[in-house]
Amino acid sequence: MMSYWYAIPELYRDLFITSVLVVVFLLVLMGAVAYVTFAERKIIGYIQVRIGPNRVGPRGWLQPIADALKLLTKEMILPRKSSHFLFRVAPVLSIVPALGAWAVIPFTEGVQFSDINAGLLYVLALTSMGVYGVIVAGWASNSKYALLGALRSAAQIVSYEIAMGFALVGVLMASGSLNLTDIVNEQSGGITHWYWLPLFPLFIVYLISGVAETNRAPFDVAEGESEIVAGFHVEYSGMGFAVFFLAEYANIILISALTALLFMGGWLSPFEGYAALLSIPYIGVHLFEFFSLLLKIPFVDVLLGAGPHWFLIKTSFFIFCFLWFRATFPRYRYDQIMRLGWKVLIPVTLVWIFVEGVAIAMQVGPWFD
Amino acid sequence: MSFELIIFYFFSAIMVAAALRMITAKNPVYSILSLVLVFFTSSAIWLLLEAEFLAITLVLVYVGAVMVLFLFVVMMLNINIAQMREGFVRFMPVAIVVSLIMIAELVLVVVSKELSFERESNFVSEMGNTHALGQILYTDYLLPFETAAVILLVAIVAAIVLTLRHRVQTQSQNPAEQVKVKAKDRMRIVSLPSEDEKKY
Repeated sequence: MMSYWYAIPELYRDLFITSVLVVVFLLVLMGAVAYVTFAERKIIGYIQVRIGPNRVGPRGWLQPIADALKLLTKEMILPRKSSHFLFRVAPVLSIVPALGAWAVIPFTEGVQFSDINAGLLYVLALTSMGVYGVIVAGWASNSKYALLGALRSAAQIVSYEIAMGFALVGVLMASGSLNLTDIVNEQSGGITHWYWLPLFPLFIVYLISGVAETNRAPFDVAEGESEIVAGFHVEYSGMGFAVFFLAEYANIILISALTALLFMGGWLSPFEGYAALLSIPYIGVHLFEFFSLLLKIPFVDVLLGAGPHWFLIKTSFFIFCFLWFRATFPRYRYDQIMRLGWKVLIPVTLVWIFVEGVAIAMQVGPWFD
Repeated sequence: MSFELIIFYFFSAIMVAAALRMITAKNPVYSILSLVLVFFTSSAIWLLLEAEFLAITLVLVYVGAVMVLFLFVVMMLNINIAQMREGFVRFMPVAIVVSLIMIAELVLVVVSKELSFERESNFVSEMGNTHALGQILYTDYLLPFETAAVILLVAIVAAIVLTLRHRVQTQSQNPAEQVKVKAKDRMRIVSLPSEDEKKY
């Protein structure tokens, strides 16, 4: 059996192994997406003093599976005067970029599908392509509400992409690299060395434009159920509708993972620089005793050290923020969204890139020396 | 046939088909989406040449921004296809001349000895395409690069000035003024004699 395996040229063997890994990863991601929808309903439920879904399975834990089965078995209706080919292609166009961007995301040092030098650019290019799904869906539906939703979304995504791009320029200036692994490694040295602190305005701008890029509340005017019914996906039913939702939640996870990587040190541990704390007079001695006691417990040193679990925790925190925003903020009006994007976020990023450039030239420590 | 060649022919075939579809499609929205596909496949071919920065920038700038705005405009237009076809025969000679000139230019580029298609050195592959481009753009070609940026800026300013109109009846809001408003600007408290006092 093994001899057959080694008879295949190495290139095709690698291709096969990578394809299997990609399929496994996509299945895990789809499971994560399903449970983010569950988390959303539960978390928003508790924020609004409700219980949320609790009928299917123990405490509602099988709800996403029931939802998936329901959507899979429903009929997909094609509007008669729609453009049939584009109508079917649009959901695919919206989900492929959301999944493709994961190719360069490092989960921990060296664990990623492809370690390319221009990783950050690749992610930016792919996330900017997600808008086609929305526009094509809106146009192909041949419906007024869908077209209005598509136009709103196109203008919004193109505007916020600029602010997002500038925020990323700040990150690549600080790290001197477009490679995501290098960017994380440049942030090593504990929680104060992560880029959220020196690039705080860019971090906030990135988070806000991330919410806007994914068309989430409070920037969900593309959907705007109170004004244009459901925006670009009014005409979709069954699996076509489900794929749009998968894409939206896959994008949320992606943006959260990117925020964790770029501004929160990815897989690095926040306790990395704790040795510096021990030199504080009086408290330092007690801290030393505390840490030496703590490290006697098995596995604690692994948990406190760098590893993919930190990446997971940080990503989950930002996913939680997305849901929290939805439960907290009322929807922006369309002109307010445009004003925020062009007149507030872009000037903020420009000013901070200038400040950062001066800081790098002056070699302000501990970040830029 | 090597793996690279298979990929090259795969993407080239899609690219040529999409380019043909772009000029033959009746509906301009289909034309634009085909053009997007052309950009995308040509970016894949650039990736094969290890020009990763150019390939990704092509997708980022053209697919992600320029074509979205194109699509945005075309979707809003109400194009009369019959009217567009009227001038087809009349403009044919001009179109033929233009395309002949372009074909001649392409042939001259491909045939010329000035341009060699051999990779000159491992200059690029050693430090990566992105790094190499950055190094060249910001040292040897700094002035032309900055000039190009200024020209683009002038074009943007010109386009905005051309379309800027102050219409009287627009109901735009000025957020700065809205924030400055105090309660007493909007509400006046008037003391009135109570009804009870009047009656009795």
